Amino acid sequence: MMEAKFIPGDKVPAWLAELAKERRTAVPRREGGAVVFRPFDPDQPVPLGRQATTPPKGSVFPQCEPLMVFRYEKDPASPDTSQVRVKETIDETPRLVVGGRPCDARGFATFDRVYDAEDVKDLNYLARREHTAFITMACPRPSSTCFCHWVGSGPADTECSDVLMTPVEGGYVLEPVTETGGELLQSSLLEDAGKRLDEAHAVHKRAAEGLGEAPDLSETPGKLLELFDDMGFWEEVSAKCISCGACTYLCPTCYCFNITDEACGAEGARLRTWDNCMSYQFTMEASGHNPRPTKAHRLKNRVGHKFSYYPTIHGGAIACCGCGRCIKHCPVSVDIREIVLKATAAESAEQE
Amino acid sequence: MQPLNPYLPDVATITEIIDETPAIKTFRVVLGEKRMKEFSFKPGQVGQLSVFGTGESTFVINSPPSRMDYLQFSVMRAGEVTSKLHSMSPGDQIGVRAPLGNWFPYEDLKGKNIVFVGGGIGMAPLRTLLLYMLDNRGDYGDISLLYGARTPQDMAFQYELPDWLGRDDLKTQLTVDVESEGWEHSVGLIPNVLLEMEPSPENTVAVTCGPPIMIKFTIQALHKLGFQDNQIITTLEKRMKCGVGICGRCNIGTKYVCKDGPVFTYEELKQLPNEL
Ligand SMILES: Cc1cc2nc3c(=O)[nH]c(=O)nc-3n(C[C@H](O)[C@H](O)[C@H](O)COP(=O)(O)OP(=O)(O)OC[C@H]3O[C@@H](n4cnc5c(N)ncnc54)[C@H](O)[C@@H]3O)c2cc1C
Ligand code: SF4
Ligand code: SF4
Ligand code: FES
Repeated sequence: MMEAKFIPGDKVPAWLAELAKERRTAVPRREGGAVVFRPFDPDQPVPLGRQATTPPKGSVFPQCEPLMVFRYEKDPASPDTSQVRVKETIDETPRLVVGGRPCDARGFATFDRVYDAEDVKDLNYLARREHTAFITMACPRPSSTCFCHWVGSGPADTECSDVLMTPVEGGYVLEPVTETGGELLQSSLLEDAGKRLDEAHAVHKRAAEGLGEAPDLSETPGKLLELFDDMGFWEEVSAKCISCGACTYLCPTCYCFNITDEACGAEGARLRTWDNCMSYQFTMEASGHNPRPTKAHRLKNRVGHKFSYYPTIHGGAIACCGCGRCIKHCPVSVDIREIVLKATAAESAEQE
Repeated sequence: MQPLNPYLPDVATITEIIDETPAIKTFRVVLGEKRMKEFSFKPGQVGQLSVFGTGESTFVINSPPSRMDYLQFSVMRAGEVTSKLHSMSPGDQIGVRAPLGNWFPYEDLKGKNIVFVGGGIGMAPLRTLLLYMLDNRGDYGDISLLYGARTPQDMAFQYELPDWLGRDDLKTQLTVDVESEGWEHSVGLIPNVLLEMEPSPENTVAVTCGPPIMIKFTIQALHKLGFQDNQIITTLEKRMKCGVGICGRCNIGTKYVCKDGPVFTYEELKQLPNEL
């Protein structure tokens, strides 16, 4: 049986320093007004108290990574022609992410169904995914933009986490979830959790209650499809959108990417970079034809993908973890919850 | 077994380049000896060709699986990758990720009459299936082909046209948009010529590919002739990157054109959300 542990708040930096020796460790760091994930640095404070502005998505799925490198080599026998050599770039560095929220870790469940599917395996992703551990901080106080409970999760969800960390009086309770999680809790800095475990569970319960009732979204996939040709609806809900793409870049469950080549002389790399379906170029074809020419078409796809197409393909799993970042950081306050509720309700209004 | 890396292309060598039209070149490529031997695909499947340092683009493998000395791709110059390909020479190496996507239901079409309707570069995917059927001629009923281009110069596969026109097991009709000197075949838009040809829908399947606008009017014409939605097969084009259903670029609702397509019956297309 893996035992829960307790760590006093003042010992956290020393513990992180121990962990960071074994694995490349990312922790929250304040940068300007934002909290972002950065490599652990013993000289920098680690703000664990609030949800980070950006998710730790990049630890497993970097914003830019080589999928392979290539190199042209001249054949000495016939100097006019050159041979090209291609090499995979799979990264198996052991990594650790400390201080993400349950929604952040659970975002990778959305990726896994696509990147680790029965028929295709994204080896670059898989290598990083397998070698990255998560010590996740349960949310003691969800904010007004949080809606993880709508999408089948909650503030103490352990899916995709290795250790669940819960703030209690004077420190944190650490509950191992996986075997790797158990290994991460071997430090002599940790104490037995004892009664503190009940305290942690009380924190979980209070947080869950704070979120209130979740709406029933079981009809949403079908209703979004029914609204597909109702461009009036989509124009209205996207009226404010400025196609900036912030919602996709900050999203723990957005996984679309672009592939481009970068070369210097005879060598180069094929790069994968995050891409964004809110941009006009995303579906633009060489002929000039664009199947999603307006922001209304594109927002329709973003919401449709998360709450209709993806759940339809993947046994009902919603491609949104309810982290609320797209709501909190949209410069014009587009709220995906409002769109989903409006779509879900739109049809029933018509049926009456 | 180690799973394959879906992004890693095979290195292929260009063995021959055929100038088809001012805008289209055909590339014959071979993979490494071992890979070429084990390589198999079905008519209609596509490949991602890459020029390392420039990028990747999607093209139909338009040689038939019944002729495996090389893989053939016909490339219309459209942007970066296609322009770079057009500047290459035999002996140069490119990357090939293939086969990707689904294929024409050539097994289910056995015993049926087939009407091919191709426009411009849209003839490329049809050529694969046409040659495959001609190589297995006994399996199929009457086969006819209507192939149209803007002008006679825009017609690809010209070196094959005399053979196609001369065969008595294939009924071929060529058309161009406007009257041109020395042109002895039809003049007129494909859907109109199709209506004049009046193929019978009886036990027949129409396979069409071309620019979206041509496909649209061709389907209208086929309906007029009495073809049902499940008797019409076409291919879709979407901007693609990964080609294996991961990058999220080519979806129409729940379907990914790279993986669930590019071949669809019109019946299937009508069930998709309207986002072509
Ligand atoms: C299933 C399928 C089969 C195709 N078969 C052929 C064929 O046999 N012959 C042929 O000439 N063309 C074919 N095309 C179209 C061809 O892929 C585009 O013309 C080509 O990608 C343009 O690339 P580019 O880099 O020169 O253009 P750019 O505009 O520079 O394109 C940049 C990138 O955009 C993407 N892209 C742009 N336009 C398209 C498009 N229309 N479709 C898909 N991706 C696009 C590519 O990923 C490319 O890497 C096919 C497309 C699809 C989807
Ligand atoms: S963040 Fe807001 S404005 Fe920007 S693309 Fe997303 S919905 Fe539109
Ligand atoms: S769609 Fe918005 S709320 Fe859902 S996971 Fe993405 S950023 Fe979070
Ligand atoms: S091309 Fe990537 S999902 Fe289809």
